[in-house]
Amino acid sequence: MYIYDDLDRTLVTERVAEFRDQVARRLSGELTEDEFKPLRLMNGVYLQLHAYMLRTSIPYGTLSSAQLRMLAHVARRYDRGYGHFTTRQNIQYHWIKLEELPDAMADFASVGMHGMQTSGNCVRNITTDQWAGVAPDEIEDPRIWAEIVRQHVTLHPEFSFLPRKFKIAVGASSHDRAALRIHDLALRLHRNGAGETGFEVMVGGGLGRTPYLAKTIKSFLHTRDVLSYVEAILRTYNSFGRRDNIYKARIKILVHELGAEAFAKEVETEWQSIKDGPLALDPAVFDEIAGRFRYPAYARLDDNPKALAHARRSDPLFDAWMGNSVANHKLPGYAIVTLSLKPEGGTPGDATAEQMDAIADLADRYSFGEIRVGHEQNLCLPHVAQRDLPELWRALDAIGVATPNVGLVSDIISCPGLDYCSLANTRSIPIAQEITRRFHDRDLARELGRLHINISGCINACGHHHVGHIGILGVEKNGEEFFQITLGGKADEDAKLGTLIGPAVPYAQVADVVEDIAAAYIELRERPDELFIDTVKRTGVEPFKERVYAAR
Amino acid sequence: MTSPLQQKIKINGPVVVTANRVGDGAVVYRRADGGWTTELHDAAVTADAGVARELVSAAVADDLRAVGPYIAPVTLTRDGEVRPGNLRELIRRHGPTIDLPVTFGI
Repeated sequence: MYIYDDLDRTLVTERVAEFRDQVARRLSGELTEDEFKPLRLMNGVYLQLHAYMLRTSIPYGTLSSAQLRMLAHVARRYDRGYGHFTTRQNIQYHWIKLEELPDAMADFASVGMHGMQTSGNCVRNITTDQWAGVAPDEIEDPRIWAEIVRQHVTLHPEFSFLPRKFKIAVGASSHDRAALRIHDLALRLHRNGAGETGFEVMVGGGLGRTPYLAKTIKSFLHTRDVLSYVEAILRTYNSFGRRDNIYKARIKILVHELGAEAFAKEVETEWQSIKDGPLALDPAVFDEIAGRFRYPAYARLDDNPKALAHARRSDPLFDAWMGNSVANHKLPGYAIVTLSLKPEGGTPGDATAEQMDAIADLADRYSFGEIRVGHEQNLCLPHVAQRDLPELWRALDAIGVATPNVGLVSDIISCPGLDYCSLANTRSIPIAQEITRRFHDRDLARELGRLHINISGCINACGHHHVGHIGILGVEKNGEEFFQITLGGKADEDAKLGTLIGPAVPYAQVADVVEDIAAAYIELRERPDELFIDTVKRTGVEPFKERVYAAR
Repeated sequence: MTSPLQQKIKINGPVVVTANRVGDGAVVYRRADGGWTTELHDAAVTADAGVARELVSAAVADDLRAVGPYIAPVTLTRDGEVRPGNLRELIRRHGPTIDLPVTFGI
């Protein structure tokens, strides 16, 4: 956990008082909506189809049990008893009343949470690997770097009115769990040949109507230079990014139009003028921020305790969950547990207040009071003793978050779609729900293996459809919902954008199409362990296309 | 975004003016008497572009009570019932087409 200091607490508390005054002035008519809108957006308050929506930031996806209980409290007290975890490690509440928003924000502030920079043309919540600090393949905890950058860009006056929003992700593992290449700016911590730690800097990724994967503009940046280099990138973007056309305003367009090399050159010029100034990272500052991350007092434990092996042998359901939802921890005797927020027929990423409270209690009992949020819209308990896994599984199962489908066909990423969102063209949640029903047979899901389905209800791509193994994009045609299907996308260290397989299909046929694609994969794969994504890579989309459209 | 007052109004059938209520964001419809209602059947319905323009102009001016007014299509049944004219408006009127998350009875 990161422990906030007085400065953080003051900032958050003052923002609540400021927003309370702004809301009062809006309700009294002193502020028009045109005047108020930019103020509410600066605090993550949107207006959606049915009500206001509050987006609250969960920096680098880390929550304490006290914070999770507060998420539950806000859901219960100010909303309709649930919250929605998003693909950017935020939580959204869809039924908030403007009149009550200042009180909700004050409650969040009491646990150091806020909605600042969850909207608007500024640097948004900085995301990272939900296994940060515990992943065996990690070289350093990336959250420290995320926090250093977060502190620098929070309310930074020069970067509060960028041409468009700006999303940063930080990773530090060989396997990318933070979808680095689809971010405006991604920092990947790695070691060079001399064993020094530094960043690969990737710029210009993003989905939406013009999807691009980020391009590497610096393969090794010394860690002392991280702030000056980020600043140089933001300044270059601020200077050259387009402000005349919202669809061409993201940094990805600038990088694409200028070319990565020319963009890097501009950054380099700017960087050279500031790199040895005050932004050069003082090791004492690093130590202070790193020192505010508190790690659990782990016990010395052995891997694979006998009782665990016995429990696996004696209960096939527990064994299936272990094989699916439990990952290796960097320390012996511990495990990382993913909590699936994708029950059959449920809404991806939704959790009820009761579930959140129960998970907070379980985190206190089994995970040193810590919870993580992943961009796949699942939660995670990062520090579970392996000996506790059978008991924990029973408790998680009792609250509906132990579906053993992590990474499988029913672990679907989905935006809220037209059921909530004012930008959406089509629904996406009911599509996800129908697919989970079609693949409710867990043996079939296991047979299909790793298969990521991502669904977006409009071209803005909040459901990351371009990087789904199967991507589903809703489009409206003459008032009817249609869906384009892409195959072969992925968001890991070998990121790719999916390929469109053909004309959009109507709402009622989407789940059938996914079944056809799954059946084609079973026939086409060379071996049972050839993953879906590898089969698509080997065969291309043609055989899948033939299968899908032959029947239609 | 273009203001609703600057948009060319094209109407192919009956319409209402709708918005969200300032205090709680609830979906509201403009009444003929200049008030707002949460009931679609109480909304002012017109198939006349001029009347629609007047309705939306008055709604925009009523910034203290409603946010983001616009003209939305409706359909009328044989017995005069007013229904939302497209899926978006149907969802705004009746809520999400999915069940909201259930409590797991802890």
